[in-house]
Parts: sequence; C-alpha cells; structure tokens
Amino acid sequence: MSFLRLLAIWAILILGLQPALADRIADADLAPRVAALGSGGFDAAEQAIADLAGTGDDRVPTILDRLGEGELMVRKTDGAVFFAEKAGKDFRLTDPVTGADAGLAPKATLEKVKVNNRIRRAIASAVGALTLMSSDPVVRRSAAEAVMKSADAAAIPALDKAIAAETVADVRAAMMAARATALLASDAPEADKVASIAAIADFGSRDALGFLSGYTTADGAVGEAARKAAAAIESRLMLWDIGQNLWYGLSLGSVLLLAAIGLAITFGVMGVINMAHGEMVMLGAYATFTVQEAIRTFWPDLFDYSLLIALPAAFLTAALAGILIERSIIRWLYGRPLETLLATWGVSLILQQAVRSLYGANNREVGNPSWMSGSFALGDIQVTWTRLWIILFALAVFLTLIAVLKRTRLGLEMRAVTQNRQMAAAVGIRTPLVDALTFGLGSGIAGLAGVALSQIDNVSPNLGRGYIIDSFMVVVFGGVGNLWGTLVGALTLGVANKLLEPYAGAVLGKIILLVAIILFIQKRPRGLFALKGRAVEA
Amino acid sequence: MITSFLINSLDRRGRFVVGLLVLLALLVPAGNLLVPEANAFHVSTYQLTLCGKYLTYALLALSVDLVWGYCGILSLGHGAFFALGGYAMGMYLMRQIGARGVYADPVLPDFMVFLNWKELPWFWHGFDMAWYAFLMVMLVPGVLAFLFGWLSFRSRVTGVYLSIITQALTYALLLAFFRNDMGFGGNNGLTDFKDILGFPIQAPGTRAALFAASALMLALGFVVASAVVRSKLGKVLVAIRDAESRTRFIGYRVEHYKLFVWTLSAVMAGIAGALYVPQVGIINPSEFDPAASIEAVIWVAVGGRGTLIGPLIGAVAVNFGKTWFTGVLPEVWLYALGALFVVVTLFLPRGLVGLWDRAVTGRAKPVKDVDGSERQAGEAA
Repeated sequence: MSFLRLLAIWAILILGLQPALADRIADADLAPRVAALGSGGFDAAEQAIADLAGTGDDRVPTILDRLGEGELMVRKTDGAVFFAEKAGKDFRLTDPVTGADAGLAPKATLEKVKVNNRIRRAIASAVGALTLMSSDPVVRRSAAEAVMKSADAAAIPALDKAIAAETVADVRAAMMAARATALLASDAPEADKVASIAAIADFGSRDALGFLSGYTTADGAVGEAARKAAAAIESRLMLWDIGQNLWYGLSLGSVLLLAAIGLAITFGVMGVINMAHGEMVMLGAYATFTVQEAIRTFWPDLFDYSLLIALPAAFLTAALAGILIERSIIRWLYGRPLETLLATWGVSLILQQAVRSLYGANNREVGNPSWMSGSFALGDIQVTWTRLWIILFALAVFLTLIAVLKRTRLGLEMRAVTQNRQMAAAVGIRTPLVDALTFGLGSGIAGLAGVALSQIDNVSPNLGRGYIIDSFMVVVFGGVGNLWGTLVGALTLGVANKLLEPYAGAVLGKIILLVAIILFIQKRPRGLFALKGRAVEA
Repeated sequence: MITSFLINSLDRRGRFVVGLLVLLALLVPAGNLLVPEANAFHVSTYQLTLCGKYLTYALLALSVDLVWGYCGILSLGHGAFFALGGYAMGMYLMRQIGARGVYADPVLPDFMVFLNWKELPWFWHGFDMAWYAFLMVMLVPGVLAFLFGWLSFRSRVTGVYLSIITQALTYALLLAFFRNDMGFGGNNGLTDFKDILGFPIQAPGTRAALFAASALMLALGFVVASAVVRSKLGKVLVAIRDAESRTRFIGYRVEHYKLFVWTLSAVMAGIAGALYVPQVGIINPSEFDPAASIEAVIWVAVGGRGTLIGPLIGAVAVNFGKTWFTGVLPEVWLYALGALFVVVTLFLPRGLVGLWDRAVTGRAKPVKDVDGSERQAGEAA
C-alpha cells in the first residue's frame, strides 16, 4: 500500500501533474495547518490531517507521507514542524511548506511527531482521497485500490466527489468498489450494504474477494449477499486461472514440440531411434552461447540480434554433427532399431562428456535480448515475451518443415525413400545421400530447439537428457511418422500437464501423464494418428 | 529330482560357471577372514564388497539377457525392478535399526520423524519381519512386471515401442521415489543400516556372508536361466525372438511365453537389487535412472547376448573398467563407456563370447537369427 501511495506521489511530483482540483493555497495559510500536526495529542493530529486534506493542496500528500514515515519533527524552541533528515549526528531540517533549507539542528532540540495506527489510517485515507483527483487515470486507480484496502468510511465524501468527476469507466468501477467497501465498514443501513456488495462483486478482483471473505460469515442479508458475491468472483477468477494454465500449457507444449519435431523426422520418418537427439538440442544451445559470447566481445551493438544470428549457426552445428553420426554409425545399423538405440546412446555419452570437457560442467548463461524480456498482462493472464516468441518460433519451424517435406525436391525424395527404399533407388534417387540429409535435417531442427531452450532452461551438458524421454513420448503418443500427430501430441501433453499441476502438483502430474501414456500405448500401439497400410508392418 | 533336473540342464560351460561361482563363494570369504593380511592371497573387505557388488550386477545382467538375448524384448527399465527389490530390502533394514536412529524412535525411520509423520504408512507394515521382506523382494517387482507385461504383450506392443515405454516406466518411478510424501525417504533414499538378520552389517563376517550369498544366488539364477533356455519353453522363446508372427501363426500363445520369461526376469532383477543394497549400504532413487538401466543393457551386449555366460562376463568387465577409470581417469570414463556402446553394436554383435568362439572354432557362429528378429520387430526402413 505504501508503495502505491509513493507511486501516486511520485507521479504527481515528478511528472508535474497537478491534481484536477488542487489549487495551491498561500504558504501563510498552509503553514499553521502543518504546524498543528506537531501541537501534541493524537486527536489534534487527526484533526490536523483532515484539515490538511481539506485544502486539496498538492504539497499535502508529501507532508503526510513523510509524517507516516516518521520523518516529521518539531523544533522544541518554537514548535515549528520540519522534514528532518539524518546528517551525521545532527538532523538537516527542511521547511515542508516552502521547501527551504532550515539548517542543521542537534537531536536534543527536536522531537518526532508521534504516529500510531489510527494516525496511519487517517494518513492513508487522506492521501488516497487527495490522489483520487489526480489527472493521471493510473494514479487515480491505484488510489482507489488503496482506499479500498483501508476501507475507511471517512473516505466516502472524497470518493463521491471523485466518482462524479470520473470519466474513465475502468477507474470509476474501482472507485465504486472502494466506496462500497468503505460503506460496508461503516454503520450504514443493511440495504445500502447489500447494494454495496453487489458493486464489489461487479469489480471482482482478488482484493475484492479477500475483502468479501471477511463478511461471508455475517448474519442476515449482508452475509448471504457476501457469500453469493464471493462465489461469483471465485468462479470468475477460476476461469482466469484456467486461462493462465492453458497459456502455460501452450508454452510447455511449444517447447515439447520444438524438442520433438526433429525426433519426428529421424524416428518417425526414418525409423531411427536417436538417443543422442537431446544432445543435438544441447549442441544448439551451446552454439547459441558461443555465438552470443563472440558478439558480446566483438560487436556488442549487435547483441539484440544475437539469437537471430545464432539460428543458422545452431542449425548447421547440429546438422553437421547429425550427418557425421549418420554416415559413421547409423547407416550400418538400418533395420536394426534396437542396436541403433544403444549405439546412439553411446554417442550421447560421448557428446555430453566432450561438451563438459570443452565448456566445463557448470551452467552457461545465455542472455535475453531486450525484445524478449519483460511481460504484459492479458486480462488476469501474465504473458512473458520469451514464452510468446517461443510459441511463435515453434509454429514457424513446424510449418517450414511441413513445407519442406511437401513442397521441395528433397522432401519428395525423403518420402519416397521412406515408403519404398528399393523402388526409390530404382528410379534414381541416391538413397544414402537422402538418408544423410534427412538425418541432418532432423538434427538441425533439434539445434534450433536448442536456441529457444537456451532462453528458458539452464545451458549445461545435461540439457538434452531432460528432453529425450518427453520427446519420445510426444512422438509415440502423436503417432510415428505423422508430423501433425506430433503437433497435436505436443500441445495435448503440454496443456494436460499444466492443467493437472494445480491439483496434483508438478511431479505427480508428470507421473500421472507418463502412466496415462503407457496405458494409451497399450490401447493404440501406433499412437494417436497411426499410419495405415503395408509400410507399417514391413 | 528337481535338483538333478536343474544340474542336467547345464552344458559343459554352464557346469564350469556354476562350479566357479560355488568355489568363489567359499574361497573369497576365506581369503578375507582366514588368510592374514600380510599374505598375498588376502582379500581386503573393500575388495570383497566390491566383488559382491559386481556379482549382483551380474545377476541383473543375466535377467536382462534372459528377456533380450532369448526373447528379443529389449528392456530399458530393468533397473526399476532391481531398485524395487533393493527398496524392499532397504525397508527391512530400516526397520531393523529400531531405536538406534538419530531420533531414536522405536518404530519410525529417521526420515519419517524428520517429516513429522506420526505413524508408519500401511505399506511399511510387515517389513520388520525378514521372511515378509524377502517375499516382497520377489513379489513387488514380479507383480509390477506381470501387470506391465500382461498389458503390453496382450496388445502386442513390441520392438522399440516396448523399449520406450519400459524407459517411461522407470522414469515415472524415478520421479515418484524422489517425492518425500511417497514415504521412501525421497531424494536421500534409505541408508544408515545397522543389522541384517541380527548380525551387524559392517562386520567382516556379515560382509563375507553377503558375498557368498550373492555368488550362490547368481549360481542359482544361472542354473534356473539355463533350465529355462534349454527346455522346450526356451526353444519357443527363441522362436518368438526370431519370428514372432510366425510363431503365433503356428499356434503358440506368444504373449504367455513372453509374460512368463518377463516376470521371471523381473524377479531375478529384484533379488539382485536386494543383495546389492546391504553391501552398498544405501538405496536411493538414482537407481531408477533410465541411464542406469541402459548401462545394464550394455553389460549384456559387451559380454554377448543370447549366451548365459556373456552377461556375467560383461557385467564384471564393464564395472571393473568403471571402477578403474573413475579412480584413475574420471573424465575419460564416459568417453570409454560411450565408445563401448558404439564399438560393441557395430563390430561385436555377439560380444566377447562371440569373439572367443570365433577364436576357438576359427569361424563366427551365424548371427543371422539375431538380425532377423530385429528386422521383424522393426520399422519400415
């Protein structure tokens, strides 16, 4: 609350925005009212605060705020009130009205203006009421929310005035809710209270829910209305929660999609079990790190573009590594998937250790470019730019891949070799070359996934390990050999995981999902979208 | 009668292995307990425990080979059965600690007191009795494997799909056992054991006895596996490995055979885990790591799958290499292990035993059958 108040004051002072109704009154009129704060006794101080608030002067919020912080002191000799700042052993005094420096004074000559909780409340509501008239709608809204939290009946007149002048519907609703909370806390008649609950329910924020929960146990019409309103707000907030979890799920799904598309090519299209697939992702992430380090050192101006520059680098690194593995190991093992599995596992161990030797075992830091950091709110849903970009990136990679497979010569040859190797060879397709390029493509896409994952995960030699099982699950669940199945599989698993999390917890949710997939495979051994025809059993 | 049947089921090489294991069970503990330390034939307690650990690994490898080498089911999750057997044993050992724990609670293990649990969860009951715990060592992996196999084999999940879901199974268990509220000690697992069957677990005599038990249990496992693979049942298993559909069309209920050998193999893995835990002194969720299960597969591949002696040789050789490398050149070990995977699959499809056979007979035994099975289970490529 204090933060909101400071924000409001900051907005008024720094931006020079004059409160709509605030005229500065003459210094000579303001000074005695300020001096009254220090005249002694809490009752007198409370009266003085109300008096100050009534002036509508734009210097009052600062004075009251510093009073709340305990920085207002009375000079014993003449009873004048100053802002006091500690300067060594003494205090530097500033005149609160004129802002003039009043020199140093030893501690013994000063006395702090005492504040208790009652005074603090009075300060809060006075400052809230004053900033309610600010010309900046954001400040007005936060002021309304501050009043709503303090729920002080004394703020009602100020709110009424502000509501009458308010033009922004959003802010007006916040003020109405604040007025309603204030009214509810007062000793107004029951009918008014019930009406005010309706106003709070319309507003429907988390704060409103917290406030209403204090009344749900009350008797009579007020209690009932509060219970109903709380339930309504709860169900609305629950919808937002589901929306937020859906968003998280989409985000996780896009990460799974990125990690799995490459596998969908090597496993789904070629039938090669590449256990080193995760390490291709890791190579991509380390390529990103290397490119970014080079840019940091040599061309710091280009830092914001470092990820874009890293994309081709990561693709080529992983693709070359993939082609090397295919030519040296995997091509001897076609038609023996279980052996391929073991051999590529060995490759994954070697790659992990190689990266560990080169870059060390610790996590490496890959920075966020400025256009990827920060977040924005969509209703009650928080959306981070990183996640949004990754979702878009995953979809772009997916669509590009579909286009490559369906629209290019290489894609045509790949499909031909997959469906009938002998026939493809007979019509003149160089099947070994196509094998190498297909494997390179799948690995390269894993490298691209590494660029994206470097933004949200730790770049360490074990990066790939965490994704390999999930990726296999996605491909097997979606249906081997079917890219659209991979898309549906990744998004389904991502969303299901995040929707389960609030109920089951992160780990248990994942276990439930793994078991569900194991059972699903029993029912549909070829996945969600199974290929049909002779090629399947061959 | 059963004994003579079992002994008769061994071939010449098998009798040699069993004889060697029995001899080891007698000589190594004697070398530890009776031979004075200055003597060259003395076996230190460290070496004894290390060898005992290798023998439990060998039993695990034997169980993997039984399903992979003889039935073509590549399990990437046998470590799960090993670990479950280990946890059953660990629970027994935890209950034996009694009031000697840090918190001195007569019933609850330390980690439960630490988590502020008031009473023992239901699945911990009975583990204070040795017979019950030893039964669970076999029953828990066995029942899990039976359920898993019954579902998978009936719906004809084969080849790499089965491998991947076995991996998912052990991964799911890994995640589950990491959870504190599962009641298995979470991340730290079960440790600080004191007694086994009333004997202090650190005493040289107990350690020697555990070694002997491991050797004898490995011998027993070897005899049982040998009886299985040399029986008519074993011939059907090999037929399933080499041509599953054809075997089914001839009229054999393929899934029954698979389910039998799969469950038997899981029980063997569970026993191996139960012998492993008291010798190593700890069981924690890392035993469920899919990487550990794949390592067990490479032991079999190195030694030679489809032979019973191969996995024993492979497990001991690879683990000896691991101990040696991680002591002398730790950063080289993963390179060596990775290269082992690649070299063995590319150049040694029958492992060290195949190499030996070729050297002795001058020609390789045909490997066609192994390849054929894979192609049959495999993909369109």
